Amino acid sequence: MSVKETLLLTLGAVFAVLVVASSIGLYLRLRLSAGSSSATIDNLNIRIKAWWWMIGLLGGALWLGKWAMILLFAFISFQCLREFVSLTYTRRGDHQALVWSFFIFLPLQYVLIAIDWYGLFSILIPVYAFLLLPIWEALSSDTTRFLERAAKVQWGLMVCVYCLSHVPALLTLDIPGYGDRVLLLVVFLVLIVQSSDVFQYVWGKLFGKHKISVTISPSKTVEGLIGGVVTSTVAGAALWQLTPFAPWQAALIALCINMFGFFGGFVLSAIKRDRGVKDWGTMIEGHGGMLDRVDSISFSAPIFFHIVRYWWVP
Amino acid sequence: MAFENLVAGAICGFAKLLTGVRAVWRGSKPEERQRVYFANHRSHGDFVLIWASLPPPLRRITRPVAGADYWLATPLQRYIGANVFRGVLIDRATKASKGTNPLAQMCGALAQGDSLIIFPEGTRNLEDGLLPFKSGIYHLAHAHPEVEYIPVWIENVGRVMPKGAIVPVPLLCTLTFGAPVQIVSGEDKQAFLNRAREALSALAPAEE
Repeated sequence: MSVKETLLLTLGAVFAVLVVASSIGLYLRLRLSAGSSSATIDNLNIRIKAWWWMIGLLGGALWLGKWAMILLFAFISFQCLREFVSLTYTRRGDHQALVWSFFIFLPLQYVLIAIDWYGLFSILIPVYAFLLLPIWEALSSDTTRFLERAAKVQWGLMVCVYCLSHVPALLTLDIPGYGDRVLLLVVFLVLIVQSSDVFQYVWGKLFGKHKISVTISPSKTVEGLIGGVVTSTVAGAALWQLTPFAPWQAALIALCINMFGFFGGFVLSAIKRDRGVKDWGTMIEGHGGMLDRVDSISFSAPIFFHIVRYWWVP
Repeated sequence: MAFENLVAGAICGFAKLLTGVRAVWRGSKPEERQRVYFANHRSHGDFVLIWASLPPPLRRITRPVAGADYWLATPLQRYIGANVFRGVLIDRATKASKGTNPLAQMCGALAQGDSLIIFPEGTRNLEDGLLPFKSGIYHLAHAHPEVEYIPVWIENVGRVMPKGAIVPVPLLCTLTFGAPVQIVSGEDKQAFLNRAREALSALAPAEE
């Protein structure tokens, strides 16, 4: 099967799942007696509706190829960064650093993927942005909460730009005998991590009893985590044919990115609680902001990228 | 007038795109009543965002009160300030000495049935929090107690385009419209100013 055929088949399967999900949502809503309503069911239906266009958008970008993927993720990074910085304390002296983050480092990071310059792509933000941004901030001569402000801008760039850019960067990997099927690695990553989020939500809603940390997230439970990660690891093994991995390798890698994905959501929840908000934004109805949806991808993408690069790229 | 509406629409659209502005109505609703919106002031873009967050029928009857020294500086600024946004332009430099009394200008606009957008801090505030209010809002409330005085907290606009910056940073802004503050009969100036200022501060998100 060609890449496009496999892609079409996979997307078709995902849309079939969405049809089932939408039907269940509709059934649950109709089953309620007339006049009454349930916040949980309404929220479920809004979430499913958002999935339709999110998967549609990603599917479209995958279909169009590398450039569309780079543009899509540059936009996602942009939206995440503005959500992140909007909720972060900054002062007049940070303005220059923020302008550079949004208009120089963010586009440059994605340009480096487009021209396949791995050497600079992997150090642009951890080295150059890390050193240059505090220089501009110091030049403004405002020392109020300086370390905290410098660290926050840096963190925003790492989580929203550097980490997320590893998703389209997968397309630059040259795996012998795998060729342009590298596109399917993106499908594998996104499918595993996002399905893990969904399964955790479903298992948690059905069987969740023991909260992992009441202070950080009221909705994350031990039952949800175990159920979600196990289900999604099995799904990862079942999807091994999309990848250059053997089934056991696919399962192990799926487990690994699921754990990182979970902790991505967990860490970013801790930041949200610290700022006293529930969601990063309001862009995606039912899900919150863009960063609420991709927090797990952000933490798992670089790990997945480097696992593949270390063991599969000569 | 049609062309000015188009320009205003374009400026509002750009501001909305840049700031993703979201209006939260807490304690009041976007209704077609005569109002004075009073807000914290961090940037020249402040009134544009308030204006852009109002439904179009309300925009047409709402005029920003702004400094003439800035808005009459160049022909473009004059066109935007006076024609597009129909600003009530206050001469801050030569007040009292000439015949143009700022209060009379604002009262004139209210008497015509227009709503106003004012910034009672009197100048753009570069620090956190709120400066003490100037007394203009008290005199206005005293002269026109029938108008609703709505506090509007603008979050983040000052960070998008701080004083002196050339390139804006695309942060997300939120505008919170609060419940009206009305003058009580016999209330003295300082008491009313404090009450209005507290009503505005109360809309700010909790700072760490």
